[in-house]
Amino acid sequence: MKHTIAVLVENEFGVLSRVAGLFSGRGFNIDSLSVAPTNDETISRMTIVTRGDEQIMEQITKQLNKLIDVIKVIDFVDGSAIEREMALIKVTAEDESRAEVLRIVDIFRAKIIDVTPRSYTIEATGAPAKIDAILELLRPLGLKELVRTGSVAIGRGAKGWKG
Amino acid sequence: MKMNGAKILLECLKLEGVDTVFGYPGGTVINLYDELFSFKEIRHILPRHEQAGVHAADGYARATGKVGVAIATSGPGATNTITGIATAYMDSIPMVIITGQVPTALIGNDAFQEADIIGITRPCTKHNFLVKDVKDLALIVKKAFYIARTGRPGPVLIDLPKDVQIATTEFKYPDTVEIRGYKPTIEGHPKQVEKAVSLILAAKRPVIYVGGGVILGNAAEELTTLGRRLETPVTTTLMGLGSFPEEDPLSLGLLGMHGTYYANMAVSNCDLLVAVGARFDDRVTGKIASFAPHAKIIHIDVDPTSIKKNVRVDLPIVGDVKDVLTQILKVLEEQADKLEAFKKAIVPWSEEIEGWKARHPMGYKQAATVIKPQFVIQKLRELSDPDAIVATDVGQHQMWTAQFFKFNRPRTLLSSGGLGTMGYGLPAAMGAQAAFPDRQVIVVCGDGGFQMNLQELATLVQNRLAVKICILNNNFLGMVRQWQELFFDKRYSQTCMELPIDFIKLAEAFGAKGFQATKPDEVESVIKKGFATPGPVIMEFKVAREEKVLPMVPAGASLTEMVLAS
Repeated sequence: MKHTIAVLVENEFGVLSRVAGLFSGRGFNIDSLSVAPTNDETISRMTIVTRGDEQIMEQITKQLNKLIDVIKVIDFVDGSAIEREMALIKVTAEDESRAEVLRIVDIFRAKIIDVTPRSYTIEATGAPAKIDAILELLRPLGLKELVRTGSVAIGRGAKGWKG
Repeated sequence: MKMNGAKILLECLKLEGVDTVFGYPGGTVINLYDELFSFKEIRHILPRHEQAGVHAADGYARATGKVGVAIATSGPGATNTITGIATAYMDSIPMVIITGQVPTALIGNDAFQEADIIGITRPCTKHNFLVKDVKDLALIVKKAFYIARTGRPGPVLIDLPKDVQIATTEFKYPDTVEIRGYKPTIEGHPKQVEKAVSLILAAKRPVIYVGGGVILGNAAEELTTLGRRLETPVTTTLMGLGSFPEEDPLSLGLLGMHGTYYANMAVSNCDLLVAVGARFDDRVTGKIASFAPHAKIIHIDVDPTSIKKNVRVDLPIVGDVKDVLTQILKVLEEQADKLEAFKKAIVPWSEEIEGWKARHPMGYKQAATVIKPQFVIQKLRELSDPDAIVATDVGQHQMWTAQFFKFNRPRTLLSSGGLGTMGYGLPAAMGAQAAFPDRQVIVVCGDGGFQMNLQELATLVQNRLAVKICILNNNFLGMVRQWQELFFDKRYSQTCMELPIDFIKLAEAFGAKGFQATKPDEVESVIKKGFATPGPVIMEFKVAREEKVLPMVPAGASLTEMVLAS
């Protein structure tokens, strides 16, 4: 099953490789990983999307917690978090397809951020499923290049984890 | 007071209570060694290879319970420590390894003798640090020792660039240390402890299964009290040997691949397994699906990741084993009536176990003309001091030592259990002897493993470390040969050590003494001579070449599918 985990870590060099090494060394999957400093600049926050049954997920969270540089691990159970991802998409846009691309961009509330006579570059944000959906529509028109950030997630409700 | 990084490091070690370090000089630690030259509070022992230096620090740590310290230079010095560090990591041994590094300005430039030791050791250390500023050094050393010795212990590496050793700053050693991401659980959850006692008192067929955590956590006394108070049989892993006296009738000895028939039968038929400081390693469980199939499992461990990693657990208790066992004993005290009823209820179970013991006791077939390796181990036990420390290498002799030596005290067996490192024994014994110059320290090894670190004979002689080296020589890499005999149709591919080595002359070349036994009636006199001769001694025993370690549970089989000694 797919899981999204937030990992708060010391903002120090080498921490990313400790986390990545843990996943590769123990044979855990990483679907996506994104990381950046938090409001407290001594702490970085990673969002990791991973997969595994209950036992594997328990090992993943325990093993992450065991790393000295890991301050907190939050495993978001279904629906308890809001997830967003951004994609930058370069798509072929020539005579007949230019209007169609614009329509799709409009429907998904995406933005055109770069234009040439033969292409559009689109910025799309949303839940990962929404990014998948816009890509599915754009792909037949000629996808030239794609970059996705991977998910970032934050818990629902008023309660926050400062940092 | 202002001082340079090298001096600060030594002052920190002194304040951490370090009295002995094992190290090897080189270009990027030359400044550290220059300070050490006039620093008299720390004894430095120079091994002949960095790997041996780390194993010696490991042996020192296992024998004393203190943090072992090893030093190596950058590049090849640092990479030579890897096997030693990985050995300590697998067995959770508290150590601090200090490596020199090229000056900070050169890091990443492929400088002479540069290796990314932080990257290389990341998966085999509990944690590691690169010191980039001399101002951080004291706090890093404080953290390193704290991390190494608390929670589930382990090796911590400090990489110290040359320019940081030279740079100066005001030295102040912090009194306390606070790491927000590292808060080991010490006390067991009281509710879980109560539940555990209820489960124990309701059991009819209980077994206590003990691992190295009880020795590392200095809880052998509490564990022994618990076993005896419950009158419940106790089996230990290789790492747990010595935590419960093997001469106690409740002891079932070793379990697992080369465990006793009765330990494996007891575990396979119990209705409650109390695992204390053990991690359900594959050499212990055999086939997981049929491990302790009828049992509820209580698992006490300081490391949450050990729990439910390999087997399902009915009642986990995370905490320091010493604390948790003390809590359990306290709750038990309040339930004296139930305890009496429990002891009565388990009598048939004890009788069943006695039946297994009678049916297949540990043994081997004695021979008149050829020395049986098990016989040597029994004689060693008989003739050695009661508090002797025994190091082993890895292989058949290691298992025979575990089966026949009968360990009664914690920290008297030093053996590479997790990683299974050949070459470990001799330097580990060296470290233990350095810690306890007046105790008898014996290393049991095979002819193969001995040759992996035999250069340390020089260190032993030079430092007057009187390790008694017992070589069970079968001219084979015996354990692999045994597998080839059993599972590969006796195709002894590259396991015959054909060259006959004169180990007696070898000892003499290093300035040590050597004795050899080729017949059973020479064994006792060689051991007596070896023990009576001052200084390091080699005692070589030409043993039965194709003797097997039995019982044996083939890899992947259930514990009940043992190949037994005929």
